[in-house]
Amino acid sequence: MATTSTQPVFIALQANNDTLPIIDAIRQDNPNAIVHDYPAMVKIDCPGRLVIRRETVEEHLGRDFDLREIQINMISIAGNVDESDDEFVLEWKTH
Amino acid sequence: MAAEGNAKPAKKLNLKENYALLTRGLGWEPSYEKKEDIFRNVDFEGVVIHDWDKWEDPFRLTMDAYWKYQGEKERKLYAIVDAFQQHNGQFNVTDARYVQALKVFINGITELEYDSHRGFNMLAREFPGVGPRIAAQMQSLDELRHATTQIHTISQYAKYFTGMNEFPYQFDRVWYLSIPKSFFEDAVTSGPFEFIVAISFAFEYVLTNLAFMPWMSGAAFNGDMATVSFGFSAQSDEARHMTLGIEVIKFLLEQDPANVPLVQKWIDKWFWRGYRLLSLLATMMDYMLPKRVMAWNEAWEIYYEQNGGALFADLARYGIKPPKRAPETIAEKGHVAHQMWSVFYANRDAVGFQMWLPSDEEMAWMSEKYPDTFDQYYRPRYEYWKAQEAAGTPFKNSTLPQLCQVCQWPCLFTESGDPTTLSLRESEYQGQTFHMCSDGCKDIFDDTPEKYVHAWLPVHQIYQGNCFLPGVDPTAPDFNPMVEALRYMGIKPGVDNGDFKGSADATNWEKWTSRPANIHEGAYTDAVRDTASTADVTARKAG
Repeated sequence: MATTSTQPVFIALQANNDTLPIIDAIRQDNPNAIVHDYPAMVKIDCPGRLVIRRETVEEHLGRDFDLREIQINMISIAGNVDESDDEFVLEWKTH
Repeated sequence: MAAEGNAKPAKKLNLKENYALLTRGLGWEPSYEKKEDIFRNVDFEGVVIHDWDKWEDPFRLTMDAYWKYQGEKERKLYAIVDAFQQHNGQFNVTDARYVQALKVFINGITELEYDSHRGFNMLAREFPGVGPRIAAQMQSLDELRHATTQIHTISQYAKYFTGMNEFPYQFDRVWYLSIPKSFFEDAVTSGPFEFIVAISFAFEYVLTNLAFMPWMSGAAFNGDMATVSFGFSAQSDEARHMTLGIEVIKFLLEQDPANVPLVQKWIDKWFWRGYRLLSLLATMMDYMLPKRVMAWNEAWEIYYEQNGGALFADLARYGIKPPKRAPETIAEKGHVAHQMWSVFYANRDAVGFQMWLPSDEEMAWMSEKYPDTFDQYYRPRYEYWKAQEAAGTPFKNSTLPQLCQVCQWPCLFTESGDPTTLSLRESEYQGQTFHMCSDGCKDIFDDTPEKYVHAWLPVHQIYQGNCFLPGVDPTAPDFNPMVEALRYMGIKPGVDNGDFKGSADATNWEKWTSRPANIHEGAYTDAVRDTASTADVTARKAG
């Protein structure tokens, strides 16, 4: 379901080899996402809604991926979370 | 009965079904005890809950998955901690001033993790809903893990540097450590709903990002692979805790309109208390990182003004407003780090780490980052103190500062809009006068004075003579109240405190690493190799 909010959500991940395919998948599925590089950390901002799709991560990773594996390298998030087997969504519901 | 080979394998449950069975499916209705006898603290705050089953963990994390992923995090972390210890990683940080920040961390922050472990244990016992109880149980285990990993990691530094070996003792006694201690004890002595709004929402969701994301990234930038590893390992749990925070808020607001004013009051209170506590990170970021990632005011803009703004825009649909005292935090963002460093510097004989005045390079950075405040208000003060040091008459406070009855910081902050006037507030209660640092703290005191009049204010206690070790005789001719109070606090005078230059840490650093203890000031001792002549030798050897 599309949101109409343009308020920024974000996810911050550790900058390491495990997260490179996840970051690539986020870029692919979220054209409005902005990736900020900091020492040891990547913060990805996106207006309104950001989605991580299992299938896209698997394409970049070359193996099966359980979205809960994100927990290992996640530093922080902003937005309401909804997680299913196929998608991890962060979003704001109102303007 | 069909042969085994013909049986269809059970359909694999999806995440939501699995979560439902492994949370709510584990709950039961009591049969021989009344519910109100089991959950005794859930009603007195006045929160109305109609249906606990409406609460759901959006991560849908069940205990089996929790152990699996936590185990993996631990293996990753301890591999790094082992490597760090085996390779003398404590000598690879930028300089020995950085280590002073770790002293603040182990003495002031690690105990909060342990207090949080206790607090969430209580919630895991007290909430009638199964979903939040399991989430609170996981968080309780997480917080214990954070305390443990921080102690393990920093123990390597404690073998080489001063001021880190007495942290549980000091947490209960050192005058400025009552700031974090009183913060958490205020939360944990509230009811379960106030506690979870205070810690999970106001502190973790709204505020901890701006402390731990730029701070830990800064630790990485300064070469501390141990701290950044425990920091980010802990933050990977925090992301889950923050989600608990926002889910709890939404749950309370959706359950009953009567909860809205209570939640708003707790947000206003705990945003302010959390902000005051975390301002310590402002001075750690701006002054104690020899190499800096961002300034406190930039972090506040990103993590509170932008990201907090988005959060409160989202909560407006429930009738929730941004925290009442948020405008003060924005007005203070160009001042708070400098005002705190000044107070620590002036009181450096009474703190458990060593202090220095910012170098010319650092002051140039601050002028650039704080164009509206630094050159006008703080540079002249530092230049005056530098001249005093050069003249052999360094400025020091010989008395301890007035503390705020609520946040327990010294009353060091200034009026919003007038950085030359100290902000002081007072309230009367039962014929006595109590002092506060700000309108935010006065709001909190005035709402529940009967709680805060009991505050154990260390400076008051020291001056009343309650902070000396057994056997100390205040009538003895050689009695020195400052030295005796430091001994009571577990601070070794002349070793743990005072000026960084000439300290055991600075001198040992140069002896052990052959590098300057302060990268901006050059070598303090001749233990530092002359890099120019080293380069000559290398060039000659290379032929």
